[in-house]
Amino acid sequence: MTLDLLREHGTPLARQVFTWKDLVREPISKLDDEAFTRVRLIVGHAVEQAAVRFQHAAVRFGAEHRLLLADIRRVEHHQATLLRWLQPADQSPLESSIAVAQAAVEVGAQMARCEPDPYVAQALRLGLLEDFDHLYRLAALMDRLEGRDANAMLQSYTDIRPGRPTSAQHRAPEDDLRRWYDRYATAPATKLHARIACAIAYHARDHYLDVGPTFADPVARQLYAELASVKEQHVTQCESLLDPAETWLERWLLQEAAEVYLYWGCLSSETNPRVLAVWDRFLAYELEHLRIVRELYEKTEMRDASEVVPLSFTEPLEFAGERAFIREVLAAEVELGAAGTEFVPRDAESRATQSYRAQLERDGSPSETVAAGYRWSPGTELADPRIRDASVLPPLKATGS
Amino acid sequence: MRRQYAGEVGLIGHMPAPASLRVVENVGGAVLRRHKVHLLLDKLGERLAFERTGVRLFDALMAKLEAQGSWDRGPTLEELAQFRADEAHHFALLQDVLINLGADPTAVTPSADLAGVELAGIVQVVSDPRTTLPQALHAHLVAELVDSASWEQLVGLADDFGEAALAHKLREPLAQELRHRDTVTTWLKRHAALVVEGTLKYSA
Repeated sequence: MTLDLLREHGTPLARQVFTWKDLVREPISKLDDEAFTRVRLIVGHAVEQAAVRFQHAAVRFGAEHRLLLADIRRVEHHQATLLRWLQPADQSPLESSIAVAQAAVEVGAQMARCEPDPYVAQALRLGLLEDFDHLYRLAALMDRLEGRDANAMLQSYTDIRPGRPTSAQHRAPEDDLRRWYDRYATAPATKLHARIACAIAYHARDHYLDVGPTFADPVARQLYAELASVKEQHVTQCESLLDPAETWLERWLLQEAAEVYLYWGCLSSETNPRVLAVWDRFLAYELEHLRIVRELYEKTEMRDASEVVPLSFTEPLEFAGERAFIREVLAAEVELGAAGTEFVPRDAESRATQSYRAQLERDGSPSETVAAGYRWSPGTELADPRIRDASVLPPLKATGS
Repeated sequence: MRRQYAGEVGLIGHMPAPASLRVVENVGGAVLRRHKVHLLLDKLGERLAFERTGVRLFDALMAKLEAQGSWDRGPTLEELAQFRADEAHHFALLQDVLINLGADPTAVTPSADLAGVELAGIVQVVSDPRTTLPQALHAHLVAELVDSASWEQLVGLADDFGEAALAHKLREPLAQELRHRDTVTTWLKRHAALVVEGTLKYSA
């Protein structure tokens, strides 16, 4: 399976138009659609948001071509809107968070498994085990606050069990920075993986920040604050993987290539025909964006764009469950942490991280509180008779003390 | 615009696939049209979801009572714990009923999904540390009113299906839910009376 980036034709920019009705389509069904349809929509939205952020930043740093940036950015914004608006209204904020965490886990796992650079792969695996634990904590919150089963969203593709404990994920900023890849020596796949991982992390950070304060429950509010903080760390980690010597046009080229790569994977695996048509359309949009930026890059930098992005993609993202790989990583690396740019056993973490963590948790740990003794059962922990029938009146409560 | 969308879009979702022929065979041994079976399973799934959330609502009410205390002839911790146990028992009973009908009790039916949307506001009021116990009980009364009415409907449905044994099994939870509804109403009335007579200060 190959996508030839030079021969495939995109949709001319002038024809990349929308109406309000087009942007606000019938959403997917939380009950009927595959979990990976939801995951694809989340990742597509995340990558479009990354494109919009990048193109705004480019202008702020004095980039030329601001009209072209504005033209393409407007399309990216509407693409982000259409994808986000396909999520249904009967999906609660907490259910959306479960889906966001699943997207981070499953797509993160696939990229980590396929990543050719061992150091970048290790960074992706570090993030994977942390997202995996977020999912467990969110599932515990959903179970214990609302009495609902997170697996209804996950559809049994992703395990609900502890990963690297969220409380052990807080690191001093200096321990979240990684070595950057070499822009000349690194495979294009690595550059695309780092960008997609960064987009997903950024989206999760923003999502947790937006959704957290909508809860009345203080445990939920604290948990979301904690998860958002870790996602900020993940954005820091992913961004630090990118070679800072890349020119802004080179980065734009890679951003557009990442979008093409992602949509090709979405198109190759989608099961909902209505959403499939969206991927087909958006892939054609992004092929044109890539063509335009490629020409601009070659004209401006007098370099062959194929030195930066490949002429073709050979393997699409699969969007299939990564349970076996995740279990393998969990067994081997749950005790890992980071010190400086290196991955180290947790007992070798820096004093700065230990002190940062102790300060944050001086008044307790929300992720530990929410999941204390939590063990998921199909149909929530209340489906387990030992939990359901246990007394909720411990001696202190029973005496009214 | 709203009318146009209403005419164009599909449903929130459909009954889960495993609502299979086994169910058709199981219900009274008679061959029933699938959509009728779906009605029964959908409503059983709705009650199951509601009861499970009900357990968590009582968890939140108990935490609130512990933090704020109660009033003369208001709720006690033991009463709330008993009601919580009732909800947990109803949930377990519905699990068994669905399994015996050949359905998957972990599957979310369309009505169960909507019950989650309906209950979201109640969870917000009850879990908010700023709300008083009477305010939280008022929100909870919404749940009890819907719950008792829905159990009545479910018992009627089982009768309509000619499922006398099932209807009999569902009558005990119905009686308990009616008691919950009436008790919460009484607590709130008593609280208001104490405020009116000046025994309690109204905090809102």
